Formats: sequence, structure tokens, C-alpha cells
Amino acid sequence: MSMNSAGRPTGVEELASPDQGFESFSGHKGLRLEEQLIFEIGNRDTTGVDIIDVDDFELSLGGLERTSEIACPGLSEPDAMRHFTRLSRKNYGIDMGVFPLGSCTMKHNPRLNEKMARLSGFGDVHPLQPTSTVQGALELMEELSHWLKTLTGLPSVALSPKAGAHGELCGVMAIRAALEARGDAREVVLCPESAHGTNPATAAFCGYKVKDIPAKDNGRVDLDALKAALDDTVACVMLTNPNTCGLFESEIREIADAVHEAGAFFYCDGANFNAIMGKVRPGDLGVDAMHINLHKTFSTPHGGGGPGSGPVVFSDALKDFVPLPYVVTDGEVLDLKEWGDGDSETSLGRLTGFHGQMGMYVRALSYMLSHGVDGIKQAAEDAVLNANYVLASLSDLMSASFEGPCKHEALFDDRFLKDTGVTTLDFAKAMIDEGYHPMTMYFPLVVHGAMLVEPTETESKYNMDQFIRSMRGLAKAAKDQEVERFEGAPYYAPMKRLDETRAARSPILRFKTPE
Amino acid sequence: MIKYTDEHEWIVVDGNIATVGITDYAQKALGDVVFVELPEVGVTFGTGDEVAVVESVKAASEVYAPLSGDITEVNSDLEGEPALVNTSPTDGGWFFKMSIADTGELDGMMDEAAYNDFVAGLE
Amino acid sequence: MRYLPLTNEDRNAMLTKIGVGNIDDLFNDVPGAVLNPSIDLPNHQSELAVERHLSKLSAKNTAASSVPFFVGAGAYKHHVPATVDYVIQRGEFLTAYTPYQPEIAQGTLQYLFEFQTQVAELTGMDVANASMYDGSTGCGEAIMMARRVTRKKKAILAGSLHAHYRAVSETTTQFTDDVLELLVPNPSDPQAELDAVIEAIDDQTSCVIVQNPNVFGHVLDLRPVAEAAHAKKALLVVVVTEVVSLGAMMSPGEMGADIVVGEGQSIGNGLNFGGPYLGLFATNQKYVRQMPGRLCGETVDADGKRGFVLTLSTREQHIRREKATSNICTNSGLCSLAFTVHMSLLGEKGLKKLALVNHKATSDLKAALNSVDGIEVLNDTFFNEITVKLSKNANGVVEALAGKDILAGVPVSRLYPDAGFDDLLLVAATETVLPEDIEALKTALQEELS
Repeated sequence: MSMNSAGRPTGVEELASPDQGFESFSGHKGLRLEEQLIFEIGNRDTTGVDIIDVDDFELSLGGLERTSEIACPGLSEPDAMRHFTRLSRKNYGIDMGVFPLGSCTMKHNPRLNEKMARLSGFGDVHPLQPTSTVQGALELMEELSHWLKTLTGLPSVALSPKAGAHGELCGVMAIRAALEARGDAREVVLCPESAHGTNPATAAFCGYKVKDIPAKDNGRVDLDALKAALDDTVACVMLTNPNTCGLFESEIREIADAVHEAGAFFYCDGANFNAIMGKVRPGDLGVDAMHINLHKTFSTPHGGGGPGSGPVVFSDALKDFVPLPYVVTDGEVLDLKEWGDGDSETSLGRLTGFHGQMGMYVRALSYMLSHGVDGIKQAAEDAVLNANYVLASLSDLMSASFEGPCKHEALFDDRFLKDTGVTTLDFAKAMIDEGYHPMTMYFPLVVHGAMLVEPTETESKYNMDQFIRSMRGLAKAAKDQEVERFEGAPYYAPMKRLDETRAARSPILRFKTPE
Repeated sequence: MIKYTDEHEWIVVDGNIATVGITDYAQKALGDVVFVELPEVGVTFGTGDEVAVVESVKAASEVYAPLSGDITEVNSDLEGEPALVNTSPTDGGWFFKMSIADTGELDGMMDEAAYNDFVAGLE
Repeated sequence: MRYLPLTNEDRNAMLTKIGVGNIDDLFNDVPGAVLNPSIDLPNHQSELAVERHLSKLSAKNTAASSVPFFVGAGAYKHHVPATVDYVIQRGEFLTAYTPYQPEIAQGTLQYLFEFQTQVAELTGMDVANASMYDGSTGCGEAIMMARRVTRKKKAILAGSLHAHYRAVSETTTQFTDDVLELLVPNPSDPQAELDAVIEAIDDQTSCVIVQNPNVFGHVLDLRPVAEAAHAKKALLVVVVTEVVSLGAMMSPGEMGADIVVGEGQSIGNGLNFGGPYLGLFATNQKYVRQMPGRLCGETVDADGKRGFVLTLSTREQHIRREKATSNICTNSGLCSLAFTVHMSLLGEKGLKKLALVNHKATSDLKAALNSVDGIEVLNDTFFNEITVKLSKNANGVVEALAGKDILAGVPVSRLYPDAGFDDLLLVAATETVLPEDIEALKTALQEELS
């Protein structure tokens, strides 16, 4: 027996096997800590914020004081810290491992960006301070605009849209405004079948009917079918490039020409700009409007579902219709144009309160300046390289939907799972047990049981090789019919699969204090 | 008399009133139904109009009026228990009843045997 | 380049595995004429150099905390506890995606459930969603939701609804079936304005939208408006741009609101020059399926353990496509976390006290300004913001005081440029305003207006 100086055993060979299967008394499992809702652990008489007492004074609330309760407990600072730290540990993030979520560009989020956004001159300035006191903030918006315009080769940009879908709305509204300005009422927006769901939703919100354009066997838009659908009722075509199958639309210039010949506009969904930034300028492809997801391409954090930021770049044909507000200059002093000039105004109007997502502008510019144009181009190349490495390393075991090369993401479908009893969903959940966030599944809709893998450029070859090894292991296990590995997966996550039917049938959307 | 449409709706005709629901094949394809949006009583629909929506967790499908006529009654049980569409598609899971404006519209529809053949052809 | 882990050796090995000679072979589907253009932008820089450049830009701005500060009008300077910023910078929250994989996203999902509950409690409504982009976009969404619920098209917007909210509503509904009726703002007579709202309600009305406290700071009793709206089967939408006010004022739910739209920035979130902010959206149970945005709901996992998932997602664009209730995809996730953490620290007790401190600071501000020649305070009621009428052009006064390092407020003409409000100024005071700040403002205004 090995003994240390205090007489405690230090070896492990004489310990009981850990595989006892007993339940702990606390419900915790070591570092896997359970956590109740704040409403169950907190107390309404407690507050974790010290606020000065005020002397009695006469209220001026018109007799409308709040007398009803607010059933929200306060937590002391240590309890709050512990609650949210425990919750955080039930989450997967980019900081923890490969996050190959296709179409979402889950790249590393540099912490310099966070630090810069918190500088008091950006984080602690009010949107309605006199513009003379925020010249640096306006200058930053101008500098970001310059980068976005130069990288896309388009002459104008609207910064204010709050996210990608909001940018789409901005772009299609500008198109409709431009058409109306020339007295041209059109009714139809063409979207490929592989489009993000936001595209048809946006078109419908702008009052357009949506028509699908089919794809060819090689995963690209069918140019002939597109041409046949183009007539003087078509307002615009909404196309993602690289498309949602991870493929570059190689006939894009012919598409743009055909669209323009029909008097329509070309809207490009810029969600996948990461694959081509610094390599290809959308302006050279004939694009009239494109939103850019700063939270994808330019590394601002996804934050568990936002906030995003979706600036839109515009061609000359649309630049008179950009939304308010925007930065203007007399050559020396910067100012904001916040309101239109009445009847002569062509702007599509205001899309958001104040001036958009300043916090995201700072982060994106911090990223751009860090990378520089050389680094941005290298990042696109590395993103494409990593995706093609995945494609090349898995194609023998998994069924690639289209022939490579792909761009920034590799698309597989479920043909390789045929007759295994394993579904795309099972496969994705088994990836969780391997320590990875699943890839995007069941999107795009154009292939069966889609699995869309986007590694991004911020993964090393070591990480890629580990990931590929796990994926190959899973693919083999599926082929070997190791169904139990898949059908209940994940086994090692903080939770087993959740009952979504139950959640939707009788929704419980808030905590209610038990009677 | 029971009739079927190629949108997988069944129609039971009783005098001038048609009771409408979705078929067993349709409920299986949808998966667990979580919500049914029903029309208001008294509203008039034409054949092919969108009259209801049936939702599962991951999909939402429109139900089209198989006939033209007025809604006379809706199955309010579905509000509290949408699962009836899965457990009893052709009985307790009915959607709505409507008056039949033109009985001639029934002529073009499938009978049970024809519908079974139709479904077999899809698989 | 510090964000790129691949070495040239790695790249070559990977190209070999792929079976191509160089990187541009992977771009062979891009027309050659447009590939690799020369782009005139600077090359990469060190962290130090970037920090130096951005710090220089930052230093050109006047930070709110560095001066006596009275700017509000829909965004408010509050103290945010240090805990909040630490929590939202944890990588597990910061670098997570939308919680579509609930087994490894319970952290996000549970706080969203807590957030939804807090917002419902504050607003006095049954349910709230997992947030919108900001208050103004939520307002546009409320109009469209009211149309879906009532199957009517005419929305009446009270005159004293924040000008940006009016403008965003106009923009977002310009191509939909909605028809907006914009009433005229009346800074000095809130009751006349409410009477006009009630007068305008008819059988075609889908909703009336009223802000409380209104943009001029007046506190409104909306119960008669709710009654009038409901009598015509229209919905009452209440907009709250200062969410801290809910700690002191009767909740919109108690006044009869059917939808509450709020700007949640004040709790947990900084000023950030206007964004990112946090749209709050709450309604009653019966309208839940017409609500826009994401929702988190409770359920159980395969072991029967309580857990949370995104639910009712068939309303959303990724399922319904062109039939979705909204085209929204992203929400304000991290801002809602900041709200939840701050609100969890405050609790009912802290929020009520915080609200009281705000109200007291503004009462003191009102008393101080009332004593200045050339100033007339227009508010009998207020929460933490008031409108004052100056004997001079407000814009000029604000500029002059900015020159003395005092940020005095928002000239009303900046929100309503052609409405003849050039002499009106909005002045806000939160818990961050000290007695000496009020004194400094009073003295500077005395000098400027004499």
C-alpha cells in the first residue's frame, strides 16, 4: 500500500470501481451540477444590488403607482454568480470545440473585439448625444462602411439592419422602392428551392409572391429554368452565393445579366460570404444588394441567438433608396442624416430605432483591422480548404451530395445510412457524445436527410483530423448497425433527448409560482 | 358515404353536411400533431381555399376546403387534445363540418378503394 | 495572423489529400475574370496596433459617465453591476449558437425561460417571447400581429409614441396590408391626446398603440383606452421605452393591454450608441400562436428530467417560409442574458427601489429646473424624464452646454423635426445622476438662458 506522509492512500488500485450506478443524494453528478430556476432558489425579499435609500418625497405618477407584485426573486451576488456559472456549463460554444454548423460560420470570436466594444467612447455613448460629441463613433461607422464597400466592390452601404433577415428586408424593400420610383409594379420574387427560409419570408413581407427556381443535378441554379421564369412581373431574384449546398454558382454572371435584362434586380443573400471574402467581389458578379452577417463573416459573437448585425451593400441602381439614418460629412465634420426631406425623399425609411448595432460595428472593424485584407483572403482560403479536407476525408464512407470542390461547407445526405436504422438526427445526436456540436441537419431541403458541415478557417489541422476520425468512426458504426450507439444519443450530454411534442402540445412558457 | 381527396382529406357526407378530416396516411406523414388551427363557424369557403392548418413539431400543413360551402361546426376537442388527429384520425380527430353548396363536386372524388390504390401508389 | 491556426505545411498536406495542386484549384468554379481582384485595403496588424487605433477613435467621444448626463428619449443610462458583464462574456454563453440542440444548450434555454417569466411578470402579461431586435422593431411586429388576431387592418398610433417607433412601424408595414393612422403629438396635453386616440377607434381598427410614459414623459392612465379598444374588438398595444418604470408604475397588463412592446436596454445593457438593444414582447395566452419571435418552453427529457426547448417554431420562417408570422431569425440573445442577470440580482425588491430612486432624481431635477427663468416644465406627471420649454432654441442650448461638458438632453426637434417643437427639450435623470450634476445643469442653463 502506498502511503503519503499524512497517511492517506494516494494510489487508486485499491479503490472501488466507479461504475456503481448509484444515484447521488444531491442529484448532482460531480461536476455535472443540476440547477433550479431562480424562482425556486431565490427570495423576493432579497436583492443583490445595493441601492441608496431615498427620503420620502411626493410621487408624480398620477395615482398610477404599482401595487401589484412582481414575482421575481433577487439573488445575492454570490448566488447569482453561481446560478449563471452552473447554467453556462450546460452549453456548448465555439470556445469548447469544433462547431461545424453549416450555414452559420461558427468561427473563433476574438476577445480583442469584446474589449474594444467596451471602450467607454463606444459602449457608454448615447445615440442621441449631440453629434459633435460622438465624432469618433461616426468615424468608426465610416471606416467600417469603407471596408464593407471595398471588400464587396459596391458603392453604398446601409449599416442599420439588426441581423441577416433584417438586412434582407432592407434589401428587398430598397428594390421595391426603386421599382415603384420608376413606376414599375412587379409581383414576383424568384428564390431557389435551396434558399434559407428567411428569403421567402422576407419576400412575402414586402408584398411579393414567391416562385421557386429548380436546381440542376450539380446543385446549381438551373439557368434555363431561371430565364424561362424571368419576365416583367419579376421584381428580383434572391440567391445565396456560395449557395446553401456550399457550391459557387458558376453561372452567376449569366444569371445577373438575365435578371437585369428582364428589368429585375439581383439580391444576393450574403450569409456565405466567408467563403469568398477577399477572393471575389460581389459587385463584380452583378449583385445589386447583399446583406452581410457581421456575426458570421466578421466574427462578432452569436451569443446564443443574437444580437446579430446585417449591413446591406447596394449597387448604384439602389443607392438612392438606402434606409435612414446614415452618416454624412461636409469634409470635416461628420453628422447623421436622421430624417427624410419630405416628398423629394427616396430613402425606404427607418428600419430601427437609433443607428443600428454599434457594438457589432466595433467588433467587426476590430476583426477586419486585425486580419487586414491579406488575412481576410487567407481566412476565406483556409475556410474552403478545411471544408474540402472534410469532403475528401469522408466521401468514401459518407455520401457527399455533390462533386467537389465545395466552398466553405461540405454537404452530405443520408444515402450512406440507408438500411442502417440510423437517421440523420441520430447521427447528429451521436456527434454530441463525441464532444462536437452537430452539423446543420435537414437543411438545405434539396437533398434527403441533409448534413451540412462548415468547419470554418479557425480550426487547426489537428482539430480537423480529430473531428474526421470521430466522423469516420460514427459512419462505420452506423454501417455496422451499432444502432444502440445512435438511437438514444446523446448519452453523455447534460440531458437526454427532449420531448418537443409535449412542449408544443401544451406549451409552458413561463414559471408559475405553485398555488 | 365517404370520399377522399388527393390532398389526403376524407369527407363523410350526411345529407347536406360534409364532415372533413385528414386520413390515417396523412397523420402518419405529419407525425405528432401539436396544434390545429380551425376556421370560424359561418365563414364561406370555395373549393381549394385554405381552411385550416395542422401543425406538428417540425412542419405545418394547410388543409384545403374539399368543397365549397359554409362552415357549420368545428371540432373544439382538438384545441385541448390535438393528439386526437393521430390517435383517431377518422373519428374523434375530425376537423370541421360544412354545408355542401354543390353536390356535383363530390363526383370527382375518390372512394375508399380508389384512395387506397392512390396511397399504395405513393409508397 | 493570430486567428488562423493552419501552417503552410498543413495547407500543403491538406491540398495533397484533396488531390489538387494549389488553393485556387478549389475556386475553379469561380469565373477567372473575377477571382483574386486587387483590393485596396491595409494588411493585417498586431493587437496592439488595432487597440491603439480604436482607442483613439473612442477618445474622440464624450462618454456618458464622464459628464453630467441627462439624455434619454428611449435609451437610458443606468448602472449595470459588474457581475452582468462577466457572465455574458463567459464563452459558453458568448460563443454558443441559437439553442437548436437542446441537450447541449440548456444554459441558454433555461435563462430564456427565466427571461420570459421576468418579462411577463414585469409587464403584467401571461407570456413573453425570447426577445426581439429592439423596441422599435417590436412595435412594427405588434401591428402585424394585431392584424392577424383581429383580421382587421387599421392601426392607430398615438401622437406621443416615440418618433423612431412611428417611423419604423411605417417602414415595416409599407408593403403589407396594414394601414396606419398617425395622430398628432401634443407635448403639453396628454389627456387631449388620449381623447383623440379614443375618438379615432372604429370598427376597422385592429389596434391602438400608446406609449407609457409617453415620449414627453407623461404618465398615462390607459384603462379608458383599453375599454374603448376592446369595445370595438381592437387590441391595445402598450409601448414601454423605459422598462425600469415598471418597478413604480401600474403594469400595462393591469391597465388592459393585449400586447406589450418594450425596450429592455435599461436593465443589464449599456448605451452602446444605440445598439445592440433588447426588444421585449409580451401578450396574453390566447394570442400566443400569433406572436412573432422565438419562444422557449418547458418539457422533459427521455429520463423524465425537466428541461427546456425552443417551441411553437412552426410559426417561424425556417418552417413556414413565406407564411411565417415574421421573417425574423436572430433575436437579442446575449442582451436578454444581460437583462436576466441584472434582473435576477435586482429582484422585485431591488427593481422597485431602483425605480423609486429614478423617480426621486427626476423630481429633484424638475424642482431645480422650475426655478430657472426661461424654463417651463410641461409635466405634471412623469417617471424619470420630463419635457421642458425653453426661452431659446433647444438645439442651440444643448450644443452650448455640450461645449461646457454637460449633456443636457434631447432637443424634441431631433425626434420631430418639422413639428414646431424647436424650443422643447427632453431631460432625463436616472440613479446615475448626482445632486451636483443637477446643480451643474441648472447653473449652465441659467447662464445660457439669461
